Amino acid sequence: MKVLVPVKRVIDYNVKVRVKADGSGVDLANVKMSMNPFDEIAVEEAIRLKEAGKAEEVVVVSIGVKQAQETLRTALAMGADRAILVVAADDVHTDIEPLAVAKILKGVIDEEAPGLVIAGKQSIDNDMNATGQMLAALLGWSQATFANELDIDGDAAVVKREVDGGLQTIKVKMPAIVTADLRLNEPRYASLPNIMKAKKKPLDEKTADDYGVDVSPRLEIVKTSEPEARSAGEMVPDVDTLVAKLKEKGIV
Amino acid sequence: MAVLLLAEVNDGELALDATAKAVSASKALGDVTVLAVGASAKAAGEAAAKIAGVSKVLVAEDALYGHRLAEPVSALIVSLAGDYSHIVAPATTDAKNIMPRVAALLDVMILTDVTAVVDADTFERPIYAGNAIQTVKSKDEKKVITFRTSTFDAAGDGGSASVADAATAEDPALSEWVEDSMAASDRPELTSAKIVVSGGRGVGSKDDFALIEGLADKLGAAVGASRAAVDSGYAPNDWQVGQTGKVVAPELYVAVGISGAIQHLAGMKDSKVIVAINKDEEAPIFQVADYGLVADLFEAVPALTEKL
Repeated sequence: MKVLVPVKRVIDYNVKVRVKADGSGVDLANVKMSMNPFDEIAVEEAIRLKEAGKAEEVVVVSIGVKQAQETLRTALAMGADRAILVVAADDVHTDIEPLAVAKILKGVIDEEAPGLVIAGKQSIDNDMNATGQMLAALLGWSQATFANELDIDGDAAVVKREVDGGLQTIKVKMPAIVTADLRLNEPRYASLPNIMKAKKKPLDEKTADDYGVDVSPRLEIVKTSEPEARSAGEMVPDVDTLVAKLKEKGIV
Repeated sequence: MAVLLLAEVNDGELALDATAKAVSASKALGDVTVLAVGASAKAAGEAAAKIAGVSKVLVAEDALYGHRLAEPVSALIVSLAGDYSHIVAPATTDAKNIMPRVAALLDVMILTDVTAVVDADTFERPIYAGNAIQTVKSKDEKKVITFRTSTFDAAGDGGSASVADAATAEDPALSEWVEDSMAASDRPELTSAKIVVSGGRGVGSKDDFALIEGLADKLGAAVGASRAAVDSGYAPNDWQVGQTGKVVAPELYVAVGISGAIQHLAGMKDSKVIVAINKDEEAPIFQVADYGLVADLFEAVPALTEKL
């Protein structure tokens, strides 16, 4: 079985986000970029399936600016076999919407025919939590979102999902889309020899036009603003003072 | 304009708070028709009919919808989508699973976690873990939306909407439910609780989380946890408060042994009053707290539990 993993290049999760003064978006120029953390978990899960003999090949795909090839190289260094870069934007500030990403991925999947797609549940930039579900819809495939545990059982995937009430286990027919939640696994770090080896692994370059997908946005960004700031209150010296303050406010 | 609103139904019971908040968020968008879906959904539909502002309720009751799997529920919503300009739901894990699938089937973009309605086409939503707020205008004819419930007040009761059955849609037969592992609890539900007491990595172990639970029970509060506490196995995943967990906005939020990572703040910074107890006086949680106490939680929490 072939496993396909879409990965996104996003602002590094340790970088403090700054809203541009003109309200046009978040400043991404000269900012450290990394693989979306949920996608790292997805890549790790795919590699573990291969190591367990349940998958033969792991293909990673990224859609966005040309620099996303660095993100793909990271996935190759972790252990993916091959990469596809679909260039769909020139400017790092252009975020391709999940619907367009799903359409391009469908094009890739029609050619690659994987048995399983593992995606991150959400990217930490637009926080949409949508691409996996949209891709499943376009392909007419089953979906198992927010995965906490994944097992392959013949031609089905058994997935334990993180839901509001706790955990839910479902069985989905393959081919299927699984989206990774935080506790699916702990991704590995790529070793230096593997980083060197990754430079020689195949990386195909395509464009959105190759798949006939119009990536123009459906959502027009009117403005981007800073959230309302919350200011610090007061420090209290002890528990008694805290209790008195809360009683004074009438909340306990 | 007309709104189709997917009610939150768990095992046949309406999640009133989440559903009523989505109703109030939808008010400006048109007449609201609530859709109650489940193996048992009639009672939930009747409960939804009493929410003020609901003009009609559709009930789709069938074993097929028993665990609200994404594929059959999405097919049902799409079969009903015809006349509605907006298809909406509260942003629960169920809706987050279902609604993007609905949007893609309709060839429209999804708007998730919407925090404000500007007009029928324009909405605000947080991005970058709440570090920025984006206002977006949808060019799609139909809008598919999930509302972040913590930013809307629940619609009141006193409604008397008509209740009708909806025809079931085809079964895509792609997935099946195996089991649920949900802890039963007498505590209030995390996202609708008036008071939330949360513990972080500083609590140190699963056993010591009993301290947090003791304080919560004294206050009649729900229990929350930081991602670090859940990752370390001190608390179950459904207690996680944060950008990728639950977003809460109670009257009182007590953060114990939580440093205050941006990811956590995104899930609780709209709380009315925030109390932070942490032994590290440099912890970022103190920058958002109304009352901060630098103390060893193993002394402060039992003392607080006793004195309240």
